[in-house]
Amino acid sequence: MKSIKIKADNLNVYYGEKQALFDVSMYMEEKQVTALIGPSGCGKSTFIRCLNRMNDVIDICKVQGKIEIDGNNIYAPSMQVEQLRERVGMVFQKPNPFPKSIFENVAYGPRIHGIAENKSDLEEIVVNSLKKAALFDEVKDRLNDAGTGLSGGQQQRLCIARAISVNPDIILMDEPCSALDPIATARIEELMGELKTEYTIIIVTHSMQQAARVSSRTGFFHLGKLVEVDKTETIFSNPSDQRTQDYITGRFG
Amino acid sequence: MGFILISLIILIGITSYFLGNLRAKNLRTSNQKNLKSLSHYYGYYVALWAVVPALLILLMITSFKSFFIEQYVLSDFIALGSYTETELSLLFTQIENIAMGIKLFDENTILIDGAVNKLNYINKTSENLTYVTVLGFSGLLVLYSIFNINHKLNSRKIVEKFLIVLYFTCSLVAIMTTVGIIFSLLYETLRFFSQVPITDFLFGLNWSPQRVFVREAGDLDTRDLANAFGAVPLFAGTFLIALIAMCVSVPVGLLTAIYMSEYASPKVRDWAKPIIEILAGIPTVVYGFFAALTVAPLVRDIGQGAGLTVSSESALAAGFVMGIMIIPFISSLSDDVIKSVPQSLREGSYAMGATKRETIVKVLLPAALPGIVGSFLLAVSRAIGETMIVVMAAGLNAKLTANPLDAATTITTQIVVILIGDQEFDSPKTQSAFALGLTLFVVTLALNFIALQVVKKYTERYD
Repeated sequence: MKSIKIKADNLNVYYGEKQALFDVSMYMEEKQVTALIGPSGCGKSTFIRCLNRMNDVIDICKVQGKIEIDGNNIYAPSMQVEQLRERVGMVFQKPNPFPKSIFENVAYGPRIHGIAENKSDLEEIVVNSLKKAALFDEVKDRLNDAGTGLSGGQQQRLCIARAISVNPDIILMDEPCSALDPIATARIEELMGELKTEYTIIIVTHSMQQAARVSSRTGFFHLGKLVEVDKTETIFSNPSDQRTQDYITGRFG
Repeated sequence: MGFILISLIILIGITSYFLGNLRAKNLRTSNQKNLKSLSHYYGYYVALWAVVPALLILLMITSFKSFFIEQYVLSDFIALGSYTETELSLLFTQIENIAMGIKLFDENTILIDGAVNKLNYINKTSENLTYVTVLGFSGLLVLYSIFNINHKLNSRKIVEKFLIVLYFTCSLVAIMTTVGIIFSLLYETLRFFSQVPITDFLFGLNWSPQRVFVREAGDLDTRDLANAFGAVPLFAGTFLIALIAMCVSVPVGLLTAIYMSEYASPKVRDWAKPIIEILAGIPTVVYGFFAALTVAPLVRDIGQGAGLTVSSESALAAGFVMGIMIIPFISSLSDDVIKSVPQSLREGSYAMGATKRETIVKVLLPAALPGIVGSFLLAVSRAIGETMIVVMAAGLNAKLTANPLDAATTITTQIVVILIGDQEFDSPKTQSAFALGLTLFVVTLALNFIALQVVKKYTERYD
């Protein structure tokens, strides 16, 4: 068995009065892709946003329970959320490059965390990140053009480059392909296969085929509860819960 | 008379609506063929015929009536041929006064007595005539339109067409007003520039139109004109005061906007924002005496305490108060712009491990910059056009100075000074106000145009 990177323990999340997650406990392995599937509103996005504490931004959101990354509770008072997010990058559903140049988009993280020693360092980081995100060849002649001028798939890869520019351990992807066409989706999936050699990846997806293609473990969420989590092959061929079976065979959701 | 007549026309209109409606219903039942529109459209159709032409005729009669009455009443005097136009109009006023029972002169000539009788007679007759014409016209058209209703007539379409014409006329009112104002400004300005060279006005350093006023109109010394209308001190004063105002309002307004859009809890926003916006609702005259009576003496006292000579009406005081006044323009526009930056950009920045301040400075403000600049430009144009505060607090003396502690005057102040009280409208002094007004108009128009373009560019970005 591979080593465990992230461990959630009895996680309960509330939006005001409404409870969004019920006693979720699961672990995620290092340098693997873990997929989270389930119908809309099932809590999978809420769960992934707990892993880098993005829910802190929402005033009414309250998190109970424990999430450990490398054995450290990220909800401990001593945890600095900025440092946590430096280690846990995130890619969003809709590509959201900043209205800056391609270069500045990728240089954003290294700049605010003071990672680069000097200008050539920074350039190296930007070029490497773009290469890892399989975007460099397409944009190398126009690094100073606006990031918002790229195509949707390119924008999403730019966001991936931005996420890996600060050299995180973990990359969270919240439905990264739902706004993309099949060809751009295929490129991102291919990219995930390359990235998992270096990073632990958690992906939320609506597409069961995508989960089956890219992940080694899959968790199925339903109505705020984690119904089942297991090896991806097992989930898709021999699920132990009836609800999982119903969902993957398309009987609801 | 007008009120009763208009009420009568409206009454006819209402009645004819029901008549048309009824006629259409009868037609529908007696005749198996279907009418093209619903019955009430025929009501509207008849009512329109009853009201609109009648009102137009009334308008025409009232606008031409006075001319014909004057001609008729004064016909004897005109026949004499010894009166000038101005004398005739004076005479007519006199006759009107006598007819109303106001006697300013005891001795009445026979001619005047005759004219008074004529006036009384024509007033009575014309009133009756108006009633008969307008109401008769209205009635005839009602009859015509009622009998015009048949199954081929599509009154629904006619009503729609009338409404289009109505909307167009209404929009024409605003457009024509704008055009009219521009042309009257242009006309007077051109008359002014025919006496004073435009280069003197735009580049001259001395503004003292009072010198021209001393002499009789028509007896102007060109040497007086040459050096009296240099508007540079006014431009400089306007610029100086607007600059001071922007120095106050830009930082305060922008920081307020950032606080309100990013930091304030919804509760704080709910009560703080309306209060800030009240600032924009305070009448500028209140700001004016606040500036003149409170801030200006304060500035002077502080300045004297620091060993500076401060005039009691300083550009600093006026600019400062004006700055306070335009804070809400900047804060509420910038607030909207910052808030409209997509949430996804904030999340993108937070997810990179940026703090709130870093997110605001490095992502939100650059993204919102065009809109923020747009709000600055709108505020500048407001500051340049502002009148009351500077009239009360900035001083009237047109002195070319860059010292904010000195008195300064602005374009708007000078327009007020020039046009206050009774003025002759053909002197270059009065006409210079139009030239100043046109300058102001062009500058604010340009600023507004640029601001709108900048804001538009910004809104295109996220669509």
